[in-house]
Amino acid sequence: MEAAIEFRHVSYGANGTGDIVRDLSLEIRRGETLVLLGRSGSGKTTTLKLINHLLTPSSGEIRIDGRPIRDWDIIRLRRMIGYVIQEVGLFPHFTIARNIGLVPKVENWPADRIQKRVEELLDLVGLDGQIAKRYPHQLSGGQRQRVGVARALAADPPILLMDEPFGALDPLTRSELQKEFLALQTRLQKTIVFVTHDLHEALILGTRIALIDTGQLVTLQSRNEFLSSQEPLVVAYKEAFQTDLNDSGKRP
Amino acid sequence: MNVWQFMLQNRVEVAELTWEHIWLVGISILLAVAIGIPLGILITRWPAFNKPVLGTANVIQTIPSLALFGFLLPAPWIGARADRLAILALTLYALLPLIRNTYAGIKGVDPAVVEAGRGMGLTDRQLLFQVELPLAMGVIIAGVRVATVLLIGLTTIAAAIGAGGLGEYIFRGLAMVNNAVILAGAIPAAILALLADVGFGWLQRRLSPHLA
Repeated sequence: MEAAIEFRHVSYGANGTGDIVRDLSLEIRRGETLVLLGRSGSGKTTTLKLINHLLTPSSGEIRIDGRPIRDWDIIRLRRMIGYVIQEVGLFPHFTIARNIGLVPKVENWPADRIQKRVEELLDLVGLDGQIAKRYPHQLSGGQRQRVGVARALAADPPILLMDEPFGALDPLTRSELQKEFLALQTRLQKTIVFVTHDLHEALILGTRIALIDTGQLVTLQSRNEFLSSQEPLVVAYKEAFQTDLNDSGKRP
Repeated sequence: MNVWQFMLQNRVEVAELTWEHIWLVGISILLAVAIGIPLGILITRWPAFNKPVLGTANVIQTIPSLALFGFLLPAPWIGARADRLAILALTLYALLPLIRNTYAGIKGVDPAVVEAGRGMGLTDRQLLFQVELPLAMGVIIAGVRVATVLLIGLTTIAAAIGAGGLGEYIFRGLAMVNNAVILAGAIPAAILALLADVGFGWLQRRLSPHLA
């Protein structure tokens, strides 16, 4: 089967030097959740932004649905790729309904269809329909991120990019949203690229996990392979998270 | 004769000069808005223009107003009528706060909001008109407010080149060494400035969006 997203020897550097992402080649399969795991500054967010062309590779090629990005109309491409970021980035001057309905609106959907879609999406992400009339600053962090996900799903894009969407939430809310995310993914079967630095999150959500370090792909494995991997950096990751848990458990 | 008696006796003239003043300021602000806001937007899109545009507006503002009125006198068509000349000079003065605030307002929009907008496939135009300008509106109106108050003061000097306005009384009073006449120009000008300040302040709060 043709890959949904394909990186071919992609490099990216802020001044054309190609040192933030280095010679990255990988395929993201249709319907899978690929987690890009890595520490801060490893280039995982940059990799994500290359997919919806917020950044342009300095060399190499990215293909979406088998077609090189440069052959796509960028605006059309972005409208079929949902984008969720940690800071959410809701439009503070729009109600929740307008936030969620913006892409359908610029796509000229009729008003009643937009309204129906907004209601449907609020329900899908577990929010009360009453919230539609409120403004972003009246919502809690968890509610805002749910709206962020609903907004990304508005025009039913086949691909979803998520950049540490749950990173700024408290642990309980995060765990709640992770569970809902899984349920949602089982239902919707989107192609998802999910960036995180949290190994637990990667293991919970990922179909496959790509470990990125200093802009390079260290390893790309399924969740089970990843758990038994002897790759030094994977081992280091697992130890870091293990120690973390044991230590806090042992404390008097 | 005190200032109140003077103003009462000359109320028609006071009203005329006040109206002239408002007209000079109003036209100049409208022109400055029509030029300054697009320029402010332009330099957020093409950073290369940033320094030359802001630099020029800055330099214009450092020229003493009386000198600027004088410099423009030889200009063809413009120099032929005092009000045209005054409007040109006043417009130039009002540019800096407008360009600067438009630029700062747009640049001050939360980068996450802009990134989200771009990422979801808004065109540059949609991003500008639906997201950036509405969110920058409070700061832009603050620029209009500063420019208006500034111009109400500066317009009094336009009387020196015969453009009219409340400065007429101020210069006449100076020549006559008559405080009442000076105040008959200064007090209405001060009231205009206060009204503009309060009015635009209100508008600024009205148009400042809900912020998280």
